[in-house]
Amino acid sequence: MASIQPHRVRPGRGTELLLLVPALAIGVTGYVLAGIGVTDHVPGNAVGYAVGTTVLALVVHVVLRLRAPYADPVILPVVVALNGLGLAMISRLSLAYAERGRADSGFADRQLAWTAISVALAVVVLLLLRDHRTLRRYTYTAMVAALALIALPLLPVIGQTVNGARIWVRVGPVGMQPAEFAKIALAVFFAGYLVTHRDTLALAGKKVLGLQLPRARDLGPILVVWGASLLVLVGQRDLGTSLLFFGLFVAMLYLATERTSWVVIGLLLFVGGAAAAATTFGHVGARFDVWLRALDQDVYGREVGGSFQVVQGLFGMANGGLFGTGWGQGRPDLVPYAESDFIIASIGEELGLTGLLAVLLLYTVLAERGLRTAIGVRDGFGKLLAGGLSFVVAFQLFVVVGGVTRVIPLTGLTTPFLAYGGSSLVANWIIAALLLRISDEARRPVPVVRAVPTPDIGVPVAVAGRGEGTGRPVRSSARDVPDGTGPRPDDRPTEHLGGDA
Amino acid sequence: MNTPLRRLATLVLVMFVALMGSASWVQFVQAEDLNTDPRNARTLYREHGNARGPIVAGGEAIASSVPVDDPFGFQRTYPQGELYSSVTGFYSIANGRSQLERAANDQLTGRGDQLFFSRIRDLLTGRRPEGAAVETTILPAAQRAARDALGDQHGAVVALDPSTGKVLALVSTPGFDPNALAVHSTSEASQRYAELDAAEGNPLRSNATQERYAPGSTFKLVTAAAALESGGYAADTPVPSPVVLDLPQTSATIGNFGGSSCGGDQVTLADALRVSCNTAFANLGLTLGEDALREQAERFGFGDATLTIPTEVVESVFPADLDPPSLAQAAIGQRDVSATPLQMAMVSAGIANDGVVMRPYLVDTVRAPDLTVVSRTEPEELSTALSRASADALTQMMVGVVESGTGRSAQVPGVQVAGKTGTAETVQGEPPHAWFTAFAPADEPRVAVAVVVENGGSLGNEATGGQVAAPIARAVIEAVLAS
Repeated sequence: MASIQPHRVRPGRGTELLLLVPALAIGVTGYVLAGIGVTDHVPGNAVGYAVGTTVLALVVHVVLRLRAPYADPVILPVVVALNGLGLAMISRLSLAYAERGRADSGFADRQLAWTAISVALAVVVLLLLRDHRTLRRYTYTAMVAALALIALPLLPVIGQTVNGARIWVRVGPVGMQPAEFAKIALAVFFAGYLVTHRDTLALAGKKVLGLQLPRARDLGPILVVWGASLLVLVGQRDLGTSLLFFGLFVAMLYLATERTSWVVIGLLLFVGGAAAAATTFGHVGARFDVWLRALDQDVYGREVGGSFQVVQGLFGMANGGLFGTGWGQGRPDLVPYAESDFIIASIGEELGLTGLLAVLLLYTVLAERGLRTAIGVRDGFGKLLAGGLSFVVAFQLFVVVGGVTRVIPLTGLTTPFLAYGGSSLVANWIIAALLLRISDEARRPVPVVRAVPTPDIGVPVAVAGRGEGTGRPVRSSARDVPDGTGPRPDDRPTEHLGGDA
Repeated sequence: MNTPLRRLATLVLVMFVALMGSASWVQFVQAEDLNTDPRNARTLYREHGNARGPIVAGGEAIASSVPVDDPFGFQRTYPQGELYSSVTGFYSIANGRSQLERAANDQLTGRGDQLFFSRIRDLLTGRRPEGAAVETTILPAAQRAARDALGDQHGAVVALDPSTGKVLALVSTPGFDPNALAVHSTSEASQRYAELDAAEGNPLRSNATQERYAPGSTFKLVTAAAALESGGYAADTPVPSPVVLDLPQTSATIGNFGGSSCGGDQVTLADALRVSCNTAFANLGLTLGEDALREQAERFGFGDATLTIPTEVVESVFPADLDPPSLAQAAIGQRDVSATPLQMAMVSAGIANDGVVMRPYLVDTVRAPDLTVVSRTEPEELSTALSRASADALTQMMVGVVESGTGRSAQVPGVQVAGKTGTAETVQGEPPHAWFTAFAPADEPRVAVAVVVENGGSLGNEATGGQVAAPIARAVIEAVLAS
């Protein structure tokens, strides 16, 4: 890679530990206040809850200290804060449902269990995946896995149709949405494939109207994967995931080739696809109606495909106003799917515009830290993977919150880390683990080449100054060391390799 | 690859700024509209979670919120049930609200501007906000007397204090039990609402203020007032009173009740009113003209679409562009003339109050939870309907109606009652509506009352205002004077 920037940063584990304190406090305080707000007394398991979530966060923190000491110190606290907020809101809604005698009220404990599972899997990823470049070896495995995951819900018996979308797989009591995991596999595949073919994709091909068109054979495999995934998704009637994959695809193609033509082609494809879908499929056209004329009585009153849910969400957010009703003081439970698709409206209602903006800022920080990781990491695969994963989280948030607040038509997607749903939580924690792993690589000091005088020959020999001595092959410095003069003072290894501050 | 990454980072930032913008739009700019959207159930839920202020009559709560152990926290109850249904209306999660529960909602929920400081204090002290108490002008004895006298007949009674405009009694039958609609179970409340909505006699609407009837002969008070005000007539001015009045431009005629004579070809204006002579007043209407009648009617309050007490009042109508036969019928309160019982009570009250109609009102004081008075309704003149001299003359004529005319059954021992009967033809074949409007004592009025009994009530086709409605008015007058 031509573009490489060394970082001179401290590992940041101390910073992370410090940031985890408010991050955990947000979740635990929310949980306690929600309990008081709904039931008028502190939840009986408040202490256990606080200890439990703290232990979960600390486990990740300790694993990072041991196995990824240079990992970005902000990512974990942000994820912990979002996950905690989500748990508090979900438990608050669960209490409200239980109080109103709804049958579907016991989901808070399930989400807590899913959080533990997610953290465990994130730890496994961090422990097993010592170097993210290992994933590049599984480029085509990832492709097959992605296609298989996407196709899974279409299988008989285990595939399930929920609310018109066939995106669920259910085996026994455990249901999952494979598409959530497919997005990771797709990102791995796109990164691996594009890093190999980026030059031919970018440079070979005819120029039409000032746009560099790629050659068909370069484009072939990737287009096939994309087309296949889209076809299946239209077949499954899951527009949100379809849009998400599409955005991921275009963004990563653009990252790899730096060609604006891809964005233009992508947008054309998308507008064409959307227009075709809107006219062909009744349910897509209805979504546009709901988007543009949500408050009109005729759209609101439609039995199927009406704007009832969107408008209820808007009512909830409006009820929250600037500062919110406070935990447990609003009625977010009036909104259908308040704990999953519309959890952002629940947050807006009880924490107000202030709280909602704070949550959006947390996501902004998360996405930008991820992209910063992509800029910092030295290998092309890592750049593409980190960029793609960061973007997919940001874009998923945009699609779901944009749908709720009517920036774009509403599509069914879960809010990363916040919303109820095991698959989404696990997948996003794995994404966080991958970003942490890549950021460890990105922020690890450049191996310092020290000039070692060899009296016999008199030619300096490059020796990698690695702090860990992991026994991995020594990488050459990404930076051209001024020949023979040794490192500049500010590249001194002691600066990076000291213990945690 | 860093340049596109930076651009992508910028794009992500732009996307998030768009989200923050849209969230601000919804929660700040649009919030007011969304919060007041009638489809937004939250407003109602929020109110149910707080202690709604009571509605009070004669020092006792006729509607109050009591704490209950359910998600809403409070249950609206109406201890007297149906008796005050046309005053309080209902307050229901499933069906909204009506009458005072609706019109005084801001005060009852504590959201009114006058309750600003009380609200701030609740916010600072962390107390659950409470609504203000709305004290009505209703005199419970008069209300009960009116309700009992109406019995199971369909109709309405309105009693006013002529000198202030206070509504002393407001009864509509059939009424309903607001408790049935206040239940928190949406399905149960909706079902009861549907039943009441479909019920005969439309119990959910107040006949006293939201229903218009042909006023029949009680409208002759307006025609008589117009005659006196024209300057050409006094109580003893003779007016033509044929047995049958031929209407111009048509073969139709107007006769008197039962085809009787009014006591000669000419009678005095006072006698014409006393025996409720149709031909005399129809002829009088033709002589005075449409404009004079309408102007007089409007000075009593007809055609005022803005009047509220503060519950809804539909406007009473004197029709426009009448041809002579229609005018003749309008002068005796038939044809397209229609009035609410409240309006006819205002006619009597105006005559009683030396010609000045006071603005009727139902809410006397609003008290904050700490019992400080946050607002008190001051009596206000609505209009001057007729001069003091005309009012005095008309009062004497109305006294004659009760002493020796059609309204004798409204006599109260020891008290001079001034009144006027009415028997309003309705649809062909249906029994007439029986009317009576009166005030007492005639020299120093304390109560003006209007009574309507639909379709003759228990007497059916044989009913007249004097037989059916006048005793009800008498009961109310006695109740007010006894208190």
